[in-house]
Amino acid sequence: MHLSLALAVSALLFGIGVYGLLARRNAIAVLMAVELMLNAANLDLVAFDAWWRDQLHAGQSFALFVVVIAAAEVGVGLAIVLAVFRLRETVAVDSLTELADRDPVRAGGDVDAADEVAVGQ
Amino acid sequence: MPPAPRTTGNPHDGTPRNPARCPPPATRARFRGGPEVTLADAVFGLLGVVCLGSAVLVVTTRNVIHAALWLVVCFGALAGCYLVLTAEFVAWVQVLIYIGAIVVLMLFGAMLTRAPIGRAQELDSHNRPVAALAGLATGGVLLVLVVAAFKGAYVDVHHTAVGDGKVIGTSLFRFFVLPFELASVLLLAALVGAVVLTRRDGGR
Repeated sequence: MHLSLALAVSALLFGIGVYGLLARRNAIAVLMAVELMLNAANLDLVAFDAWWRDQLHAGQSFALFVVVIAAAEVGVGLAIVLAVFRLRETVAVDSLTELADRDPVRAGGDVDAADEVAVGQ
Repeated sequence: MPPAPRTTGNPHDGTPRNPARCPPPATRARFRGGPEVTLADAVFGLLGVVCLGSAVLVVTTRNVIHAALWLVVCFGALAGCYLVLTAEFVAWVQVLIYIGAIVVLMLFGAMLTRAPIGRAQELDSHNRPVAALAGLATGGVLLVLVVAAFKGAYVDVHHTAVGDGKVIGTSLFRFFVLPFELASVLLLAALVGAVVLTRRDGGR
């Protein structure tokens, strides 16, 4: 099969992941978008492994390592999300603005409104 | 009469194999265009369409639970893609770890954070147009780049060593032992970190 087919699927999957990472508000949905991007990298690794016919099968081995790291990342990420939820009663990533370098009074507006919606859930 | 020696060429006229007329499949497949559309192309294309469509639904649906379930479809189609690319072990690991563990973990997280089991208007942030622009730009640049760079590259899936458990196990435990052990340490650290982060006694 053509290598560029696999690479095209991988590139589009990565683009979809970038969109989800930036557009989502729920931290769990952001983690899902990160998983999509990691899988795009995995597809590239496996496709190049098959293309090179690597005797070491480095691509497939690295894909397995990426899966391991993704599992660790999801575990720690969900722990952080749960800790934030316990403290703030929200998992909306754009309402966690305490570290932002901007005036909270001027920037308040819709962020506070959205925060109240998220708390009301 | 002595027995005829074993020849590797044409059995009819005894001439050796002509390398110009019949190059080994490796060079022929890698450096020339290859056949137009094979069965592997068709299957991979279908699985890719399923994968991309469900990925779009993962990032656009208004329901966190539905997004997790579409993620299952996406990862399942990707496992099929790995099977087409002869990565058998990676495909089963994809099914077991991603679908079996990671998506279930996501569902746990969604339910523990009391995600609304219905349509939620606040699932998307306000910067969707910028995000769409960034996603389109990233995906488009990558697509143009890799398709232009690897145009005509051909994966000969019929002459590739299938990456089954034996092959990948040999590779992992012969050449990648140290990263493998480091991965186990990483998993242990992540486990301890997750337990510490979610402890309920005030983080003493």
